[in-house]
Amino acid sequence: MNFSRLSRRNLLGTGFLGSLLGLTATHASTALAASETQSGAMHHDKHAMGAMMTVGEVDNARNGFDPHAMLTDWERGTTSVGADGRVTREFEVTAEDKEIEIAPGIFFPAWTYNGRVPGPTLRATEGERLRIIFRNHGSMPHTMHFHGIHGASMDGVSGAGEISPGEEFVYEFDARPFGCHLYHCHSIPLKRHLHKGLYGAFIIDPDPERHPEAVDSARSRLLGTPENAHWQELLMVMNGFDTNFDEENEVYAVNTVAHAYSKKPIVIERDRPIRIYLVNITEFDPINSFHIHGNFFDYYDHGTTLEPTSRIIDTVMLCQAQRGIIEMSFKDFEPGLYMFHAHQAEFVELGWMSHFEVRA
Amino acid sequence: MARMFRVIGPFMLIALVAVAFLKIDPLSRFQDSVPPAEALMIERINIDDDGFRFLVRSEGADAVSIAQVQVDGAFWQFEQSPPGPIARLGTVWIHIPYPWVHGEAHHVALLTGTGTPFEYSIDVAVPTSQGLGGDWLFYGLVGLFVGFVPVVLGMLFLPAIRQAGPETMGFVLALTMGLLGYLFVDTLAEGLDFAEEAAETFSMREMVWIVALLTGAVLFLIGRRLDNGISPAMLAWTIALGIGLHNLGEGLAIGGALAGGAVALGSFLVIGFTLHNITEGIGIVAPLTGERPGMPLLFGLAGLAGLPAVLGLWLGVQAVSPHWGAMAMAVGAGAILQVLIEIALIIRKRYFGEGAARPVGGIVAGGTLGLVLMYATSLIVTA
Repeated sequence: MNFSRLSRRNLLGTGFLGSLLGLTATHASTALAASETQSGAMHHDKHAMGAMMTVGEVDNARNGFDPHAMLTDWERGTTSVGADGRVTREFEVTAEDKEIEIAPGIFFPAWTYNGRVPGPTLRATEGERLRIIFRNHGSMPHTMHFHGIHGASMDGVSGAGEISPGEEFVYEFDARPFGCHLYHCHSIPLKRHLHKGLYGAFIIDPDPERHPEAVDSARSRLLGTPENAHWQELLMVMNGFDTNFDEENEVYAVNTVAHAYSKKPIVIERDRPIRIYLVNITEFDPINSFHIHGNFFDYYDHGTTLEPTSRIIDTVMLCQAQRGIIEMSFKDFEPGLYMFHAHQAEFVELGWMSHFEVRA
Repeated sequence: MARMFRVIGPFMLIALVAVAFLKIDPLSRFQDSVPPAEALMIERINIDDDGFRFLVRSEGADAVSIAQVQVDGAFWQFEQSPPGPIARLGTVWIHIPYPWVHGEAHHVALLTGTGTPFEYSIDVAVPTSQGLGGDWLFYGLVGLFVGFVPVVLGMLFLPAIRQAGPETMGFVLALTMGLLGYLFVDTLAEGLDFAEEAAETFSMREMVWIVALLTGAVLFLIGRRLDNGISPAMLAWTIALGIGLHNLGEGLAIGGALAGGAVALGSFLVIGFTLHNITEGIGIVAPLTGERPGMPLLFGLAGLAGLPAVLGLWLGVQAVSPHWGAMAMAVGAGAILQVLIEIALIIRKRYFGEGAARPVGGIVAGGTLGLVLMYATSLIVTA
C-alpha cells in the first residue's frame, strides 16, 4: 500500500477518511509487516512508518553459533554400554567468557557453556546414566545445576559441584524424569550468573518400553526412531539481555539473537507435525510466553507426561525455568508466514518476534 | 640561536613529556578490559510526517557506534548519515520513520555497540515547521510581536521623557539601568540554561561567563576609543545591540519550546512578552532625550533591537544546537553589561560631579522601579 504524496495530503486532516485509510492499510498488510498503529489524524503511509525491526545482520560466524542451527542442534554426547547393558551417556561442557553479538552491532560480555548462548542442548534417553564433565575456563566460579532428579551432592550449587576457574567436576546421575528440562549456573550472585548466559536445555526422551500404555507417543518423542523423524522438532529458549546492567532487559529473543527468526523465518513443511521444546530462562521479568498466529497447539507442561496438560490453546505462559513441549500441525493450512511471539508486546518489540514460513 | 632555543626548548620538552607518557602509558593498568567510555547526546530534533530526525553528537572519549535504535521500547529501523562510528565530538543525523502520535510523549533510546542506551524524551510530539510555508509567516509574526513591536511602543515614550527636568532624567536613566540590570541577569541565566543542555565537553557553563565578560570588555574599550567618550546615539545603538542579542536568544528559546512542544504558546503568553519588552524600548531611547533623532535612526534602533527575535524564532523552531543558544545569550549579556557601565558613568558625570544636585532618592527609586517592572512583567510571561 503506497499512496502518492498528493492523495495522502488530500486525506490529511480529514479524520474520518484518514481513519478509513489507516484501517485499510492495516488490513491489507501481510504478516511480515510489523505491528502498525493508528495515530489519529496524523497519518503516514506504510513506507513512512518504517518497521519494528533491528537494522543490519548478526555475524553468526564470529559468534560461533547460528540461531537457526540451534533449533535442531541436539548434543548427544558419547555413549558406552556397561556389563549390565545399561547405557552411560557422557557430555563435556566448558564454561568460558565470550563476547557475543545479540542484535546487529550490539555486543554482550557473556558467560557461556561451550561458547554459545544458550549452551548445548543436552539430549538423553530416560533411564540412562549421565556423566557431565564440567570444566571452568571462565573468570568466576560456576556450576551446572540440572533440573532433574539427583542427589544433594550433584545439585550444582555452592558446596556441591561449584568449581573455580581452572577446575573440573563430573556430575553423575540418572536421566529422569523424561521431559523438557534445563540446566543453569547456580553460583551467586544468581541473577548475574543467569542473565550473563549460563543456561541451556536438557531434554530427556521417554523410553517407550517403560510406557506400555503410550508406546506410540513415547516412540514419537524418542530421537532416532522413524516415528520421531516424522516430526519437525525445534528447540526454543526464551531469553533476554540486560546490556547496561540496570536489572532490566534491553533485548529479548528466542535463542539469543533478536529478530533472528523474523528476518529469516523458520521453514516448516506443511504436512509434518511440529514439536517445540520451549524453555523460559528470561531474567528480571516474572513471566514470558509463547503465542502462535492462525493455529492452536497442545501443550505438555515440563514435558513430563505423554498426555497433553493443556489442549487446543494458542498462548502459554511460563515463569522463569518453566518449560514444556508444544505439539502442533499446519497440515492442510494455507501456505505462508505465520507469526509466533511472546504475548507481551514489550518483548515482541524488543526482539522476541518470529515467523514460521509454512510451505506446501 | 640561544634565544631561539629559549623559545623552542619548552615546547620540545612538552612534546617529549607527552610522548614519554603515551609510551609508558601508566593508565593502561587501569584500563584493562574496561568498556569504552561512550557518551551520546541529542542536540536537535526535527519531527515531520516521515518521523523523527535527530542530530546526535558523540561526546565521550572514544568513538561511538549507534548499533540499534529503540522508540517507545521497540527496536525500530533507522538510517544514519553519515554511516559508521561517530568520532569524538562528531555529529550524525539519525532518521527514524515512525508513526508518532500528535500531542503525545515519545521516548527514544540509542543503543551503542555495548548495548548502552542513551535515552531522550519528546514530551509532546508536534511537527516542527516545514519549509517556507504558512508556518514561517506565523512564527515571524510571533517574533515581531515579541521583539519589534514592543520596542517601537516603548520608544513612543521618548517625547514624554524629553519633557522631564534634569532630576526626572536621572530617574529615567536609573530606571533604564534597573531594566537592563534585570535583563543582564536574565540573559545570563538563560545562557546557563542552554549550557546545561549542551555537550559537556564544550564547557559551556564556563564559556557563557567568559564570553559575556569578554564581550562587555571589548565593547567598552571600543567605546573608550571614541573622542569625548561615547555619544548618546552610539550608546543607544549599543543598548539596541545588547537588547537585540537578548531578543535573539529569547526568540531561540520560544522557537525551541514551540518546536519541541514543551509549551503551549497562548496569545496571552505573547502579549506578556510584548509588555515585558516595551520596557526595552524605553531603555533604548533614554540616552536620546537631548537629541533630535530622525525616524530612520529610531527605526534602525528598533530593528536592531527587535528583529533578531524573528530570526531567533525561525532558528529556534529549526532547533539550534544548545551551545549556539548559550553563545548568543552570552554575547547579549556582555553587550548589556557594557551598556550598564556606560549609563552608570553618565549618571556619575551628570549627577555626582562637583556641585551636582546628587538626586540619590530619584536614582534609587528609578533603579528599583526598573527591576520591579521587569520582574512584574516577567511574571506574566511565565504564567
